Amino acid sequence: MVPCSHMATTTDKKTTCDHCGDPCTIHPIKWGEKVFCCEGCRTVYQLLDRSGLCDYYRLNEKPGLSHAHSSRHEKFAFLDDVKMAAPFILFQDAQETHARWYLPQMHCSSCLYLLENLHRLDPGVIASRVDFAAKEVTVLFDHSRIRIRQVAELLTAAGYEPYVSLRDLGGTKPVGTRDNIYRLGVAGFCFANIMLLSFPEYFGLGTSEEALRGVFRGLNLALSLPVFFYSAQPFYRNAWSGLRTRFLNIDAPIVLAILVTFARSMYEVLSGTGPGYFDSMTGIVFFMLAGRMLQDRTHRRLSFERDYRSYFPIAVSVLTEGKETPRSLPEIQCGDTLLIHHGELIPADGILTRGQALIDYSFVTGESLPIPKEMGELVYAGGKQTGAAIEVLVVKEVAQSYLTQLWNRQENKKEEYSFIHVLSRQFTYIVLAVAVCAAVYWWAYEPARIVNAVTAVLIVACPCALLLSSTFTNGNILRILGNNGLYLRNARVIEAISTTTHIVFDKTGTLTLPGDHVLTYKGRPLEPAEQRAIAILAAQSTHPLSKALAHHLEMAEPCRVLGFKEIPGKGAEGWVDGTHVMIGSRRFVTGSRAITTDTRVYVRVNGEYPGYFCCSSHYREGIARWMHVLRGRYSLSLLSGDNDRERSRLEGWMGKGSRILFNQSPENKEMYIRHLQRLGERVMMVGDGLNDAGALRQSDIGIAVADSGNSFTPASHAILDATQIRHLPVFMRYCRMAGRIIIASFILSIVYNIIGLSFAVRGDLSPLVAAILMPASSLSILLLTYGSATWAARRLGLKLSTADEKDHVGD
Amino acid sequence: MSAIILLLGASLSVAALFLGAFIWSVRHHQFDDGFSPPRRILFDDHQPVSSDTPLNGPQARVRRTDINDTLNQN
Repeated sequence: MVPCSHMATTTDKKTTCDHCGDPCTIHPIKWGEKVFCCEGCRTVYQLLDRSGLCDYYRLNEKPGLSHAHSSRHEKFAFLDDVKMAAPFILFQDAQETHARWYLPQMHCSSCLYLLENLHRLDPGVIASRVDFAAKEVTVLFDHSRIRIRQVAELLTAAGYEPYVSLRDLGGTKPVGTRDNIYRLGVAGFCFANIMLLSFPEYFGLGTSEEALRGVFRGLNLALSLPVFFYSAQPFYRNAWSGLRTRFLNIDAPIVLAILVTFARSMYEVLSGTGPGYFDSMTGIVFFMLAGRMLQDRTHRRLSFERDYRSYFPIAVSVLTEGKETPRSLPEIQCGDTLLIHHGELIPADGILTRGQALIDYSFVTGESLPIPKEMGELVYAGGKQTGAAIEVLVVKEVAQSYLTQLWNRQENKKEEYSFIHVLSRQFTYIVLAVAVCAAVYWWAYEPARIVNAVTAVLIVACPCALLLSSTFTNGNILRILGNNGLYLRNARVIEAISTTTHIVFDKTGTLTLPGDHVLTYKGRPLEPAEQRAIAILAAQSTHPLSKALAHHLEMAEPCRVLGFKEIPGKGAEGWVDGTHVMIGSRRFVTGSRAITTDTRVYVRVNGEYPGYFCCSSHYREGIARWMHVLRGRYSLSLLSGDNDRERSRLEGWMGKGSRILFNQSPENKEMYIRHLQRLGERVMMVGDGLNDAGALRQSDIGIAVADSGNSFTPASHAILDATQIRHLPVFMRYCRMAGRIIIASFILSIVYNIIGLSFAVRGDLSPLVAAILMPASSLSILLLTYGSATWAARRLGLKLSTADEKDHVGD
Repeated sequence: MSAIILLLGASLSVAALFLGAFIWSVRHHQFDDGFSPPRRILFDDHQPVSSDTPLNGPQARVRRTDINDTLNQN
């Protein structure tokens, strides 16, 4: 076996893990020449080394994923249950099984390499195939040699733990349909050929070649049939569903134009009176389909529709007569005793019956520090246990729990129509009025020309150009914003952003970096020996603040702590090299009952009290600057589930005029948004956790902030890459420019329409004029919108495209 | 004149061929994942000599091609 040899491990002064590239903090683990940050990373390395898969490390620098939080051994035990494994199995016969999993960790070509070489890690695996865009892996395995649970465990061992959630039990995932691509292909083919076949007639095919002319016309007619009956279907469907709800939507005038053009062209060709307008008709369909496709191109990796089920596990351990058995979540009943391990989510409201709970509710309520709970206390679903395993007696079923109900509440918000829809409706009425006027005029002077004039009006005044301008502008803007880390759910969001008047922010996880605290020491300077003793004690404790403290003091070698005692919610104490050290709350350490507004860790060394560490959240980069920009244009508010220890700092950034509210429950946030809306504000909510879910939904535009492609965001209108939040003012300005671009192109298309109509009402719209005007107007509008959107993006300093390899960074 | 009709037929059938190719490629997931295929072909297929995994050699490769078809159907 070839030993793995790769890059050096030490970069300037900090040692980083050879597997995942994380800094090795206190005591790095050595194995051969390699250095790892944790046992998990080392295990993965050993596994790959043994199987000769070290190309994994050659393809990308330190591609691994941190294994600091390894999952429980029994986690995939539920897959032994045929019923619970079923959602993951695509196909099964006597010999092999095909299973598919979602692996959100997948991010580079090394991942691809490793995941497609699973058969080298275990002979029971036949093959595996990655769908990188969907971040899914399909594994084919021989189920007589390896069980599905072992495959999931193999993936976990290789560092790619499948993400399973309650949603997987829900059954079908939406399948992207390719119908529109086929429709576009067919329309393009027919349109191009019809245009070519129409040239001879436009350029004066002599009457002597009667037969040839008949062939051309016949072919055009034949080619237009697939477009009329197949490609244009989505328009018919939309227009019909609009009409059924008594709303004249944007597709209605298009359908009218298609029908009239097709009927008149059929008549002309069959009666031999003219060549028809088949090229115009197929052109309309083709350009419209292309524009829609560009606009509706969704970000496949992202989901804007998550509910609590995406966050909840698929199964939990239930204790029955002292034995631990996995059971699927919907089957949990009141009175069951659940065993919740470290790092697991509490799936249902219950009473703590054994163990000491330290529950991290940051995702649910926005509180940044875990809350200790004693036996007999009620624990709510959605929190994450961070200490040792606990037992919980279920008092409410999963679907009835306090928070799941909160997220499930349906709101009936009326659908707002974009100004494009409103405009197109006006447009339709005007066109119909013009047609009626033309009909009346010709009826008075020359009744024979009525049909000609009316149909010509309807053909030429198709809102095609009008619609193209908005679909192409929106499509282009969605794409550019996506390249810059703001993913919008659909084109209507652009307009909603541009009309925003009030922005509401969440604090924890949105403005601050999640799980990252900054410690500052206040008091008399600590001696190195004291610092070391404090760090060693802190490293023993599991409390996040202790961990932050140990990290802050950066001490190397571990040392035994004698008489270590940790009292949850208070602090820890112990003897280090004969020095008695105590860390914890003010009351625990100093005995004082005074209440502090900020979070502090007090220290006592050998009975003496030298000072305390002050803990503050770590705010995202550049917050002062971009807040200042936003302040100038919008009213701002901040709603935090946390306490008000950072009020003064936030006030400094957001200005005195902004409202800053603390200790807000999820309902409070939602109500505050509703209150603003009642005052006539158009509210944008920027949040991250499920505690913001209600507010995100209630607001006119809810933006969910995601820290990485792996993180899960609640249902929202847009997803913003957290590192890009500093560009928020630029994004908003860009959306406002988009509105102006659309209006400018509208004006242009109206000019074209007036030109076209002036021919049409006179009843002498020749197919040649239609054939020139239609593509000319469409193309010039395309160029205008594309060019100006790109120009605006460049002026604002937005990235126009992402480099291929870097694609995953922005996701 | 008959030459023109002949040419028309030829050009239309060539165009139809391309339309067919387009539909075939969409149907075979060619536009779904732009990331993996260009990288997949760069990975070495070599296996360490000591490895005793059963899916080695030409037999394995034949199997892999079947598998790709199977996976595409899923």
